[in-house]
Amino acid sequence: MQAGAQWVGGLLLLVAAAAAPFLPNWVVSLATIAFANALVVLGLVVLWRVGLVSFGQALYYCIGAYAVALMGRWIGFTDAIALVLLGGIVAGLTAAGIGFLLARYREIFFAMLSLALSMILYGVLVKTESLGSTDGFSVLTPTFFGYAPHGAQLSRALYWLTLAIDAIAALFVGLYFRSVAGALAAPIRDNEIRVEFLGVSVTSIIHTKVVIAGVLGGLGGALAAMTIGHVDPAMAYWTTSGGFVFVTVLAGSGYVAAAFIGSLVFEVVRSFAVDVMPQLWQMTLGSVLLLTILFLPEGLGSLVSRLKRRVMKPGTAP
Amino acid sequence: MIKGRTASCWTLAGLAAAAMSLPAHAQTPAPAAAPVKLGIVSFLSGPAASPFGLPGRNGAEIVIEALNAGTAPAPYNKVGFGGTKIEAKYVDEAGSAANVVTDFRNLVQRDQVDAVVGYISSGNCLAVTPVAEELKALTVFYDCGTPRIFEEKARAYVFRPSPHATMDSVGAARYLIAKKKNLTSFSGINQNYAWGQDSWRDFIGAMKVLAPKAEADKILFPKLFAGEFGAEVSTLLTSKSQAVHTSFWNGDLEGFIYQQQARGLDKRMTIIATTGESSIWRLRDKMPDGTIIGGRGPHGPLAPDNAFNKWFSKIYTDRYNVPPTYPSYQMAQSLLGLKLAYEKAATGTAKPTTDQIAAAFKGLVFTGPSGEIKMVLGDGHQGIQETAYGTYRFNKAKKEPEIIDVMRFPAECVNPPPGIDADKWIEGGMKGAKC
Repeated sequence: MQAGAQWVGGLLLLVAAAAAPFLPNWVVSLATIAFANALVVLGLVVLWRVGLVSFGQALYYCIGAYAVALMGRWIGFTDAIALVLLGGIVAGLTAAGIGFLLARYREIFFAMLSLALSMILYGVLVKTESLGSTDGFSVLTPTFFGYAPHGAQLSRALYWLTLAIDAIAALFVGLYFRSVAGALAAPIRDNEIRVEFLGVSVTSIIHTKVVIAGVLGGLGGALAAMTIGHVDPAMAYWTTSGGFVFVTVLAGSGYVAAAFIGSLVFEVVRSFAVDVMPQLWQMTLGSVLLLTILFLPEGLGSLVSRLKRRVMKPGTAP
Repeated sequence: MIKGRTASCWTLAGLAAAAMSLPAHAQTPAPAAAPVKLGIVSFLSGPAASPFGLPGRNGAEIVIEALNAGTAPAPYNKVGFGGTKIEAKYVDEAGSAANVVTDFRNLVQRDQVDAVVGYISSGNCLAVTPVAEELKALTVFYDCGTPRIFEEKARAYVFRPSPHATMDSVGAARYLIAKKKNLTSFSGINQNYAWGQDSWRDFIGAMKVLAPKAEADKILFPKLFAGEFGAEVSTLLTSKSQAVHTSFWNGDLEGFIYQQQARGLDKRMTIIATTGESSIWRLRDKMPDGTIIGGRGPHGPLAPDNAFNKWFSKIYTDRYNVPPTYPSYQMAQSLLGLKLAYEKAATGTAKPTTDQIAAAFKGLVFTGPSGEIKMVLGDGHQGIQETAYGTYRFNKAKKEPEIIDVMRFPAECVNPPPGIDADKWIEGGMKGAKC
């Protein structure tokens, strides 16, 4: 059954990829940003399963983005696939380093410490006038193994690359959730001491999760930087992290797919709120979140489980 | 079971995608009678909305209304753009670079606007520029100040009639030296982000050239929106400087002015507020008399006494009950420049193409409410105009802010000549300045 889900997921991904040439360019680029951000959200879901909320995930997002932009600026390197991997690796290494510190903290202390670390990066970038300070600088147009597309073709190529990275990430995170370490998430959240008595190091499990979330954040940032074509320190600012937490709440932690759907729904709602109510779009987003918390406390993903229950067991109480 | 779950997720996504793509498919080629669509982007929320974003947006609204009614003075008296009415769509600039770029694409590709006019943040201008070039979308920046936009690369579809921020700092230095002949020391307090850093770099650079004997004493960079400047005021009070430069705006400017007043800093040294003009109507008698006021060009009370200014300040004040400030003037001159370019490019009743408008805009010379603008920098894409600085005085009899002792500096005196980067020009001693 698990394998079945992967086949279905893969098939639908192909459908999403095949639809690209028939969609207007602005939809493709909106979806690319949504699916790039979804990787960061997926990282937050990994942490959320052990009851940890990071208010500093923008740190890895920004590192991934700046890694891509700086490679272009310093040595003129533009190969998209290598750059995305580089973004993930640099962010992952950072996460591995600060994980030694972060993995010891829980709850609000974890949230605040991660927030502080991302704000340090923000502060450093703002003071770096040679990198344009808060104005940031532009990212070179990416190439694909020497192929340099432009306009709509570039948007499509980045969209497909993002979908491919998303698919791989979803597959691995899905596998991780079903592994022993992944399955221990709920027990750790409920009672760490019991898990320690099983002979498992909770700290090292959480350290691993911090690294996974970091790599995903870096991949997302690298893809976003290439899609936007510009990086600035605001990518590390706490409101950016807050935005990712927002989407995580919207999506819920039940399913891997929820991160992608949640991110897409968020971008679509934001885009249309700006369109329809230029002065009240933040209120629209806030209302959506409030309604989600009130009526779908488990996030958008729980819609699916509700639907499933109704379909599978008609007439029985949940 | 799993299949149902994933499938309905994707159905949802599919529906969303289908809903999004509908308007684009419904689009048909615009007939000649279709209105000229403009996207107006400005801060409608956040800290930059009240001092810059809303005055800019209101400036657009009132000018577009007047153009559609055909009531603007000649040569702007044709209805709308070349006889075709203008339809404006207002978009909020607040949000990340990703949001701003997405909304720009939406305007160009979904709403199919003929041109986008807007942007206050230099970061947003830098992020939008390559996208505008890629989409071949005519884009007019109205307020953002960074000279980098046309210095990094030649642009084909991006224009900025309002001069870049170098003019503000050079003008401030020239005015200060003209008014204080024996200046020996000056200080600076600027926000620690790109605008503050760039403003100070240009100001200190210009001072080094114009008054090499004057020393820069305290150089302070409090963080953006700090709001509380007790420590900075204490530091400045220990200085023997005769003047302090600040590019603060809105909340920070007001906070600094209130807090220093209680401790009498303005009695010890003259404050040079390069964006002060945008706050005078709110600060009124709280702004100390004798403060040197700039408005990023000859706008508001610093604007020349021409027919366009009389027309613009009247329609704006009548509508919004407050006189227009510099962002309103910058918006007005951006729209009027675009209108002239459009009409110059139009032949007959057909809409001109983007390339035709861009070709007509290049190198355009026109006069608006803030005087003459010459599009000479950045290969004809970046405007220069004269600037003015003055000294603040609150007229107690009329209960109105006043700017007296106004000095005007010709455009070529405070802007770099074509072909040289602004910071290199200042470093090299501002060669070729015609004052």
